[in-house]
Amino acid sequence: MRPILMKGHERPLTFLRYNRDGDLLFSCAKDHTPTVWYADNGERLGTYRGHNGAVWTCDVSRDSARLITGSADQTAKLWDVSTGRELFSFRFDAPARSVEFGIGDTLAVVTTDNFMDHVPTVQVKRIADDIEDQTEESALVITGIKGRINRAVWGPLNRTIITAGEDATIRIWDTETGKLMKESDKESGHQKTISSLSKSSDWSHFITGSLDKSAKLWDTRTLTLIKTYVTERPVNAVDISPTHDTVVLGGGQDAMNVTMTDRRAGKFEAKFYHKILQEEIGGVKGHFGPINALAFNPDGRSFSSGGEDGYVRLHHFDHDYFNIKM
Amino acid sequence: MALAISMEGIEARARELGVDLSAVDLDSITLPAGEDFGILSDDDEVLRNEDPPELELGLSNIIVVDNLPVVPPEKFEKLENVIRKIYSQIGVIKENGLWMPVNPETKKTYGYCFIEYSTPQEAELAREKTNGYKLDKSHIFAVNLFDDFEKYMKVPDTWTPAEIKPYTPGENLLKWLTDEKARDQFVIRAGTLTEVYWNDARKQAPELVFQKQYWTDSFIQWSPLGTYLATVHRQGSQVWGGENGFERLMRFAHPLVKLIDFSPGERYLVTYSSHEPSNPRDSHRVVLNIFDVRTGKVMRDFKGSADEFTTGGNIGVSGVSWPIFRWGGGKDDKYFARLGKNVISVYETDTFSLLDKKSLKVENVVDFSWSPTDPIISLFVPEMGGGNQPARVSLVQIPGKEELRQKNLFSVSDCKMYWQNSGEYLAVQVDRYTKTKKSTYTGFELFRIKERDIPIEVLELENKNDKIIAFAWEPKGHRFAIIHGDGPKPDVSFYTMRTANNTCRVSKLTTLKSKQANALFWSPAGRFIVLAGLKGFNGQLEFFNVDELETMATGEHFMATDIMWDPTGRYLATAVTSVHEMENGFQIWSFNGKHLYKVSKDHFYQFIWRPRPPSLLTPEKEEEISKNLKKYSKKYEQEDQDAFNQLSEQERKRRTQLQEEWDSWVAKWKQAHEADRAERRELRDGEASDEEEEYEAKEVEVEEIVDVVEEVLAFDLDQE
Repeated sequence: MRPILMKGHERPLTFLRYNRDGDLLFSCAKDHTPTVWYADNGERLGTYRGHNGAVWTCDVSRDSARLITGSADQTAKLWDVSTGRELFSFRFDAPARSVEFGIGDTLAVVTTDNFMDHVPTVQVKRIADDIEDQTEESALVITGIKGRINRAVWGPLNRTIITAGEDATIRIWDTETGKLMKESDKESGHQKTISSLSKSSDWSHFITGSLDKSAKLWDTRTLTLIKTYVTERPVNAVDISPTHDTVVLGGGQDAMNVTMTDRRAGKFEAKFYHKILQEEIGGVKGHFGPINALAFNPDGRSFSSGGEDGYVRLHHFDHDYFNIKM
Repeated sequence: MALAISMEGIEARARELGVDLSAVDLDSITLPAGEDFGILSDDDEVLRNEDPPELELGLSNIIVVDNLPVVPPEKFEKLENVIRKIYSQIGVIKENGLWMPVNPETKKTYGYCFIEYSTPQEAELAREKTNGYKLDKSHIFAVNLFDDFEKYMKVPDTWTPAEIKPYTPGENLLKWLTDEKARDQFVIRAGTLTEVYWNDARKQAPELVFQKQYWTDSFIQWSPLGTYLATVHRQGSQVWGGENGFERLMRFAHPLVKLIDFSPGERYLVTYSSHEPSNPRDSHRVVLNIFDVRTGKVMRDFKGSADEFTTGGNIGVSGVSWPIFRWGGGKDDKYFARLGKNVISVYETDTFSLLDKKSLKVENVVDFSWSPTDPIISLFVPEMGGGNQPARVSLVQIPGKEELRQKNLFSVSDCKMYWQNSGEYLAVQVDRYTKTKKSTYTGFELFRIKERDIPIEVLELENKNDKIIAFAWEPKGHRFAIIHGDGPKPDVSFYTMRTANNTCRVSKLTTLKSKQANALFWSPAGRFIVLAGLKGFNGQLEFFNVDELETMATGEHFMATDIMWDPTGRYLATAVTSVHEMENGFQIWSFNGKHLYKVSKDHFYQFIWRPRPPSLLTPEKEEEISKNLKKYSKKYEQEDQDAFNQLSEQERKRRTQLQEEWDSWVAKWKQAHEADRAERRELRDGEASDEEEEYEAKEVEVEEIVDVVEEVLAFDLDQE
């Protein structure tokens, strides 16, 4: 089916997120203004104005009432999804890179970059039901990781936090004690910066994408490496289909080299792999630059990609996709 | 030599023994003296096989000049000056480096002297240049290197018959041709690795035959019939091959060798090197050796300044047009020739000397080429004297050196000669000036070599202003293809040398308009051709059947730099070599344009199919087979099907296994998820949520009757 081209951002996309019902799509870009779209037809619903820097990630609460965003303006903000009102701002002393609500939406994990003299941190904030009671205090601060943390997500039952970033290592931390529990194997793990991390719908496994031109599938509880998907370009974005045995990888060569070559040379394709066979099954072309963000709709029938070119492309799968046999 | 022990093997063994490899400092291990634990070091082997290193005696820069006049003391100085004058032209003579001993009794010189140069190269050059120099009638210099004296002294005075070694049968060097699946091999060079593979199109993947790191210093090359693989090193060239993979068969010592070339019948190997002159005003020195491939003996060497070897032709590596020696006379390797100033020097391999002891004199000749099958040379002489003397193309028969045919051409700017590979036709592409001399147009002169008196036909393009972008003969056939045009999308035309009623006339078959192509690749078996758009056209491919004059398929190998048919014409390889930084690797296509598989390799330098010797079948037999192809192919079809079934069976098993593995993971996760259910509900404030995660979207259509109104409409029957 023809993709829907969503033009609303003026700068490269950084992140895409569907709400649980799959009717809203939240997009973050370097242009300071997260945007919400109708996930079905790509119509723009509204924007969240207030950030003063690139917005790196966002997450939406289970009831689609609240949005949390992390930005290079050194804040993470809570928003009212329906009104676009800024509810609260967590201030940090470094850019906030990754944000995610835990189960129950009472906790959020935020990572801050290594910036000036500050080491990168993973911080847990309590999210109050009543916004009047919200404080900036951190319930937990994890340090000791060298290099930027590109993604931090919750493990099952909010008991663990999984981090991945520049040092190519995936770590699992205990949220009770803040101690390191597990670390991915140097040999079998990624060799270069991990750019993205995305969980399966039941949080039992997750996929990481890395600049080493591969994506890997891991068990969330044991951090066992299950699958590796090899591609020809650095991977910037990954996601797992919630309904089918497919994963999608997006990326492309560095933005700085893009203009030096033909569009086709950059491999700015969203590539689909069979999750179990690790074989490439297809690709969706269209972006004029590397793909920075990918997300499957929770119903598994469509996906969206966000590129360095500032476009979000919304694709509904063709009939053929649902008939893929092993 | 392939390394017998792999790193994985070592690791596995270490695990078995419970040794932590990372804790072992490998450098601290020393073997007991004289014990090698059965592991042969590569270096040892080399050392043992290599001749003992020659010790530098420090005397290699000294020459001895003999046959000088014997002079009394009063003439001593004069003679010394003469010698100094001769020898200082060649190189720098060391201070006090000229010594002419004097007989203390007669006070006369002995008639010889020693000269010490600053480098051995200069000494070598001096020997080469002045040995045989005529000072006057009775004094002809005999010059030798001082180091060589010892060698000459050792020559025994009495003749002893040569020892005849018992015959040892050689290896079967053609083993690879007996592959059961009749596959072809190719060699690739990527990074530091050189690898030889079978092209297994059924499996849609290459199968490794042999690999070796740092196998060659610069490049690799198959011999023309595929028997040998040649590697190039600092010390010389080596050839590899044989029954069991790739053993070293022969070495050819030639320091700093740069280029190599086999004779078409692969009996001889020509190696080339050029050396920086010690005096920057001099041109490079060039050394060429011709080896016998099987014995490794130097059959002839040529030395000289680079200028002597760069006359005419296209400029190749560092100013020479390679190959300098062009082999002629078909597969017998009987003759080789090189272009000189106003001459073509033809040598014969029986004696490795000039044919009839003199070169073929052709004033102003700029290019020549051999017929691929017969000892015929075609040569081109450009226009001279401002057009008074026309340009000409002639055919010369060797060894008789008689001119078979000649054609004068007027107002010619350039000429290119294309032989058809069975030597039946020669096409000469002639660029002529227009009347104003401002631009050129192109025509072809077509020679029918095998017909009586060699008739010549002239072919001109319909649109005279079209530039010729590429020309190619059909191998073993009578057709040729031309890419011509002026714009970004040229046309491709096909011509045949035989017309319907066989009147020996060239005629056009068809023209394909506006193609994205700039190169032509005929299948070695003829009939099929690939029109390729390399470089600017980003690797467009069109597979064309010239019998049916229809396009079979189109494809694209983005940025492709090289295209090569396998020797049988069944498969086509397209490659992106490291002239680009990205996309390096190769792809294999079937002859009809079906993409079979692709392999990506970083730093990809070379891809070469292993050539095959010509088929032993007679043309009649070949025709018979292609007529009754169905009968012959039956048995192979069954084999194909079996292989396919086996493959799909394996594949199916693999997939089932993967699926089972995955299912076990899923089961584990389900269990864990189930176990966490209560807690998760608590975290979510009691929201019974899990079921919802597996919700189904249902489309429900609701029809609601908003209102029903009944109206009676007037119906006028009269209007009908």
